[in-house]
Amino acid sequence: MNSAMPDTKPSGRKRASVDIMTWGPFIALLALAVLGVLINPAFLGLDNLSNMLTRSAFIGVIAIGATFVITAGGLDLSVGSMAAFIAGVMIILMNSLVEQFGAGLTTVLFGVGASLLLGLCAGFINGVVTTKGKIEAFIVTLGTMGIYRSLVTYLADGGTLSLDWGVRDIYRPVYYASLLGIPVPVLVFLVVAVIGYILLNHTRFGRYCFAIGSNEKVAEYSAISVDRIKTLTYMLQGLCVALATIIYVPRLGSASGATGVLWELEAIAAVIIGGTVLKGGHGRIWGTVVGAIMLTMIGNILNLTDAISNYLNGTVQGIIIIVAVYLQRASWRKLAP
Amino acid sequence: MPNKRLTTTSQPRTSATFTKRTLAAFATVAALGLPTLAMAEETVIGVSIPAATHGWTGGVNYHAEQAKKRLEALYPDISITISTAGGPSEQANDLEDLVSLRGIDALVVLPFESGPLTGPVRRVKESGAFVTVVDRGLEQEGIEDLYVAGNNQEMGRVSGQYIRQKLDGQGDIVVLRGIPTVIDDERVQGFQEALEGSDINILDMQYANWNRDDGFEVMQDFLTRFDNIDAVWAQDDDTALGVIAAVRQAEREDEMFIIGGAGMKGIIKRVMEGDELVPADVLYPPAMIATAMDLTVQNFVSNGPVVGEYILGSPLITPENAEQYYFPDSPY
Repeated sequence: MNSAMPDTKPSGRKRASVDIMTWGPFIALLALAVLGVLINPAFLGLDNLSNMLTRSAFIGVIAIGATFVITAGGLDLSVGSMAAFIAGVMIILMNSLVEQFGAGLTTVLFGVGASLLLGLCAGFINGVVTTKGKIEAFIVTLGTMGIYRSLVTYLADGGTLSLDWGVRDIYRPVYYASLLGIPVPVLVFLVVAVIGYILLNHTRFGRYCFAIGSNEKVAEYSAISVDRIKTLTYMLQGLCVALATIIYVPRLGSASGATGVLWELEAIAAVIIGGTVLKGGHGRIWGTVVGAIMLTMIGNILNLTDAISNYLNGTVQGIIIIVAVYLQRASWRKLAP
Repeated sequence: MPNKRLTTTSQPRTSATFTKRTLAAFATVAALGLPTLAMAEETVIGVSIPAATHGWTGGVNYHAEQAKKRLEALYPDISITISTAGGPSEQANDLEDLVSLRGIDALVVLPFESGPLTGPVRRVKESGAFVTVVDRGLEQEGIEDLYVAGNNQEMGRVSGQYIRQKLDGQGDIVVLRGIPTVIDDERVQGFQEALEGSDINILDMQYANWNRDDGFEVMQDFLTRFDNIDAVWAQDDDTALGVIAAVRQAEREDEMFIIGGAGMKGIIKRVMEGDELVPADVLYPPAMIATAMDLTVQNFVSNGPVVGEYILGSPLITPENAEQYYFPDSPY
C-alpha cells in the first residue's frame, strides 16, 4: 500500500506543501505500524495483517464513495443504515429464493444483483432529494439514515436475520477466500480504490467534483450540470455501500438493527484523516484508503495489548485521530506562505 | 383502545340517565368517591421497554407482545399498552404519556438506565400506579412494588463454574465482555469468583459490546495473540456467533469451546444438537418481561399477594434440557 502514488493536484503551485499533505497520512500510518510492532510483534504476522486489511475493507470501500460525495461538497450520513438495510433485504431475498433455485450460485447472484440495484436506488434518492428538493445533505441523509435503520429492524422483527446455511456455504468464499494470497475483500478494496483514483483524478467527472466542491455557483456558471454530478456522487456512494455489503454479508451471514452502526462516522473520519477537506473542493482517494486502514489498525493494536485499560480505548482512538490530522494540517500551514 | 379517563366519564352517564342535571352532577362526585364502582372498570397496564435495537431487546419486545395477547384474551377487564423507547429520555417521555394520556393503573418498566429513569418512575408511583421494575434496579429503594430480574452475578457464576468443571480446573481462557455497564461488571465479578482457587488463567478480557461484529474482530485478535486457548467466555450469544465465525476462519475449532449467554434460539439449537464448539449456554431470558407482566396482572385479579422481589435463576442450558428454552418463533 506504501507504493501508492501521490495524486497530482490539478494546479502545480505549492509543490512542497502538496507533497507533505499527500504523504502525511502515509507517515502517520507508518508511525502507527511501528507502534504496533513495538507493542506486540504478532502485529506483523501475516494472519494479523490480512485480518486487519480484510476488516478495513468495509469501511474503506464505503469511504471511497464518501470521498466523492465530500469532495463535491456533499455529505452522506445514511451509509451505515443503508448497509444494514441492504444486507437485510439481500438475506431475505436469498432465503426466499432457495426454494426456487436451491442453495446455489444463482441465488447468490440474485442477492448480489439486488444489493447493487438497491445501493444505486438509495443513492439516487439521497442525491435527487438533496439537489432537486434543495434540502441540506445533512438533513436528507439524517432522515434516510433513520428510515433505513428502522426498516431493517422492522424486517428483522427486532431480532436478527440469518442467511440460509446452504447459501452461506456457497457465499462464504467471498469473504474468507484468498486469490494469490490476498483475501478477496482486500482485492475488492484495492480495485475500488484504483477505479476511484482514476475516476477522481483523471476524468472530467472527477474534475467537476472538485469544481463543485470548491464553489458551486462558479461551477454552475461554467456550464457544469451541478445537480446531475452531485446526484451521481451519491449514486456512486450507494454503489460502494452495496459492494461493501456484498463482502460483509458472507462474514457472519446475518443482519440486524445493530449492523453497521456508526459506519458513517468511521467512513467520514477515514476520508478526513486521508486529507480530503470536509467542506469540499479537494479529495484524495489514497489518503482515504490509508485513513480507513489506520482506523482499523488502532482497534487492532488496542486488542493486541492489555497495557491500556479497556475503558480508555475510545480516548486512545480519539487522540490518535486528532494528532494524525493535526500533524498533516500543521505542516501544511507552516510551509504554505 | 378506551382509556381510563373515558370510562370514568361514561360511568355517571349510565347511572344517572333518570335524573336531572343536578343529580347527574351529584352522581359524578359519588362515582369518583366510591372505589366499588371503579372495580368494574378496565384495568390499564402500561409496559415501557427499550426498542428492539439489538437481539436481546428484540426478544423482550417479542415476549411482551406475546404476553399482551395472552393476558388480554384471558382477562377481558385488563388492557395492556406497550410503548418502546429508543433512549432513556424518550422512555421518560413515554412514562409521562402513559400516566397522563392512558391513565395507567400499573406500570411495568424495563429501564434503559437506572440513573436517569429513577425520577420518572417515582413520579409514576406518586400518581398512584402499581409499579413493577424489570431487570435493572432503580437507584432509590422503595419506589417499586415488585421487582423482577435475572441475576447477573449468578449468570457469571454459572458460566464460570461450567468452564471450570469442563476444563478440570486448569487451562487458558479469554473473555469477551459486554458494554461497560453495571450488568457487565456484575457478570464478570460472578465469573471471576467462580474461577477463584483454580488454575484457570484468564489471558485477557476485551469489550465486545454484546455485538456480533465486535465479537468477530476481538476474537480474531485473541487468536492472533494466543497460541493456545482452551475456552472462550463470550457472555452473550450475539458475541458468541461472531466468536464462532472467527474460530472457524482460523480453523481452531478443535482447540476450544465457547460459552455465550442469554438464550438466543440459534445458539440453543446448537446446544440441542450437541455441537462440541458450543456445548452449553447460560440463560438470561428476555422472556422475563412476560413474567413481570403476569405477576403485575395477578396483583389485580388474584387474591394472592405479589409485592416483593422475584429473582429468576440463570440455569445452565445443556443438550438434555435445551428443548424447554427453545422458541423457534421468537426473533431472538
